[in-house]
Amino acid sequence: MPKRKLSRRRFLVTVAASTLAMPHVRGAFAAGRLTMGFWDHWVPGANSATTALVNEWAEKEKVEVSIDYIPSQGNKLLITITAEAQAGSGHDILAFPSWQPADHANRLEPMDDVMAQLIKENGAVNPTVEYLAKPTGKWLAVPATVGSQIKGPCSRIDLMKQHAGIDVQALYPAGAPPEADSWTLDALLKAAEACHKAGFAFGIGLGSTADSVDTAGAIFQSFGAALVDAKGDITVKTDPVRQALEYYVRLARFFPPDAPAWDDSSNNKWLVSGRGALIMNPPSAWAVAKRDAPQVAERCWTHGMPAGPKGRYAPFVPYFWGTWNFSKNKPAAKSLLVHLSQRSSAEKMVAASGGYDLPSFAKFTDFTTWAEEGPPKGTLYHYPNPYQHQILSMAASPAPPKIAVQIYVQGIMTKMTVRHMQGEPMEKTLAWAESEIEGFMRT
Amino acid sequence: MVDAALQSPSIAGSGRRRFALRAAMRRKSTIAFLMTLPLILLIALLVLYPAIYSIRLATLNKSMERFVGFGNFLFLFKRETFWMVVQQSCIFAITAVIFKALIGFVVAHFVHNIPARGQRKWRGMLLVPWVIPPAMSCLAWLWLFDPSYSAFNWILDLFNIGPVPWTGEAYWARFSVILVNIWIGAPFFMIMYLAALKSVPEQLYEAAEIDGANWWQRLWYVTLPMMRNIMAITALFSLIVTFANFDIVRILTAGGPIDKTHVFATWAFRVGIEGGDIPLGASVSLFMVPILTVAAIFILRDINRRASEMS
Repeated sequence: MPKRKLSRRRFLVTVAASTLAMPHVRGAFAAGRLTMGFWDHWVPGANSATTALVNEWAEKEKVEVSIDYIPSQGNKLLITITAEAQAGSGHDILAFPSWQPADHANRLEPMDDVMAQLIKENGAVNPTVEYLAKPTGKWLAVPATVGSQIKGPCSRIDLMKQHAGIDVQALYPAGAPPEADSWTLDALLKAAEACHKAGFAFGIGLGSTADSVDTAGAIFQSFGAALVDAKGDITVKTDPVRQALEYYVRLARFFPPDAPAWDDSSNNKWLVSGRGALIMNPPSAWAVAKRDAPQVAERCWTHGMPAGPKGRYAPFVPYFWGTWNFSKNKPAAKSLLVHLSQRSSAEKMVAASGGYDLPSFAKFTDFTTWAEEGPPKGTLYHYPNPYQHQILSMAASPAPPKIAVQIYVQGIMTKMTVRHMQGEPMEKTLAWAESEIEGFMRT
Repeated sequence: MVDAALQSPSIAGSGRRRFALRAAMRRKSTIAFLMTLPLILLIALLVLYPAIYSIRLATLNKSMERFVGFGNFLFLFKRETFWMVVQQSCIFAITAVIFKALIGFVVAHFVHNIPARGQRKWRGMLLVPWVIPPAMSCLAWLWLFDPSYSAFNWILDLFNIGPVPWTGEAYWARFSVILVNIWIGAPFFMIMYLAALKSVPEQLYEAAEIDGANWWQRLWYVTLPMMRNIMAITALFSLIVTFANFDIVRILTAGGPIDKTHVFATWAFRVGIEGGDIPLGASVSLFMVPILTVAAIFILRDINRRASEMS
């Protein structure tokens, strides 16, 4: 029998064939590596729930994971997003604040498949999530439980009862639907005046940081006032805008005199120090009070927004998780995002954040954390909008997100309020706003 | 023999090259260049590359897909807020530099007149504001100016004065950010002026005294002319740094209230990073370059003229 010589070609063919025929061997990290940059939570210990969930998934899927928690202080997260977008390299999964998915639409991996599955399992998401993460008809990111929040009122039960004659617990009873028909913008105005007179002014800022802008946005929307409509046309000089501005200036006269200089920590400090009867914030201020001023915390009640002529609008500020289109492990990223968006995962995150985090899916508003947290028990019951009696909205919507983000970060609505409050005639303020917004129309 | 004859020109050539290399290496300028090369490379990487990159960014449209040339600058020229930022940056930088120079000059004289034994202690203490990282000292100032819990207002309240809206009212907010800039920057002027004062030959003062010059004349005719170059360079350096300031305004007021304290850097950040319009943000920050170039040309020309007059 002639001896066959092993040629180079035959060697390569044999090796390739044997490799293909080999049974699938799973190593410790057989499915590769996944890096993620999550928002660094304010609430101590809240990150640990996310870490545990990621590790649990990594163990099951045999993926090597690496998590960076990136703070939003000093715009660190925003700068990271911008740098990674510019560099075309970075984390496989990244947390995106509200406006960022639309801002990086052409660099994000579509999430239509993930969202179709999640909506089927977890219920619909509110229109604000769709407005922010699906501006071009395809899902750019997945709404994140961590960091998402409603910035509704957090009132002092005693001060509101004593000075404004309003029983916020009766309006929003724990474990029951709201009975808040009388809770309107007029009632808010009267309460603001009464509490101001009593020396406990409402702690609402008029600066250009998010908390101030979100409140102004919700008030404007309650009047049906939009500075730019959904088509991108400027609608500043319209009656709803005039009415909203007039109302908000009347209300703002009862804010602390330094409200135009407030940042996002000012309202927290205002509540914790016991100087104010109401602030507009997620429960983080209450959580700080629980630690630093328990006698204040036990008198706080988080509840819904007052209704305006065009509806009851609440500022909703969602966070998102997205994947760059240059990510090296997109299937694993999507698999992890599905895992993090399961009911059990969301429940753990909400519990770890003491009720601060808010999932965006309709079926996720009944977690026990919100019912149980206290003192006083039930203070967070209405925080996730369980009866959907509020319209969750984003300031500056329905303007196309690329225009709206400019209106939002420049705080056009709060600046309009301050200008008009300081004596600038209404039409001049509107002309100023119109001119500013014209500058945001660049493409 | 033939081989040797053939090899000799190449050997001679390489020998010449080696000799030339050795001679070059012995030259001071070559050694100086090689020693500064790491720094040059570092500057090219950290300064030149970002500068060129930002110029490129400034020529793109908002979505960074299209070249628009000077379009972003032309757009800025039509914006009312941009001109307000230009005006505020000039007010901020010029006022701060003038006061830093004045305070630095006066304090440098005081320190110069302290006996040598105790001078070191004072120099060290006076440098503290300049040595502390600005982000940290600004946070302390923020607490002092806090809209609702200002420590200054608490003190003023003891005398039934105030409250002063340190960061809540446009003019007070401008005053506050300039004050902090002066507080941080004045020690730099002080130390530079002190060095200049120490380099003035004592004989000049003695000669002036013999000529009957009084304190003012000694200052005007001896000290100031001898310090002019240092003063000009310090002012130029400080002007550049103050124009490009970011941290003080960002921490104390974030540009508010109603944009009345924005300077170029904070406005560029607001527009570029927070607003997602990176090309426009790059254009705002690049707008500083021509202003500072003009200032630098005037100041450096003056220094050169004086140097040539002296030589």
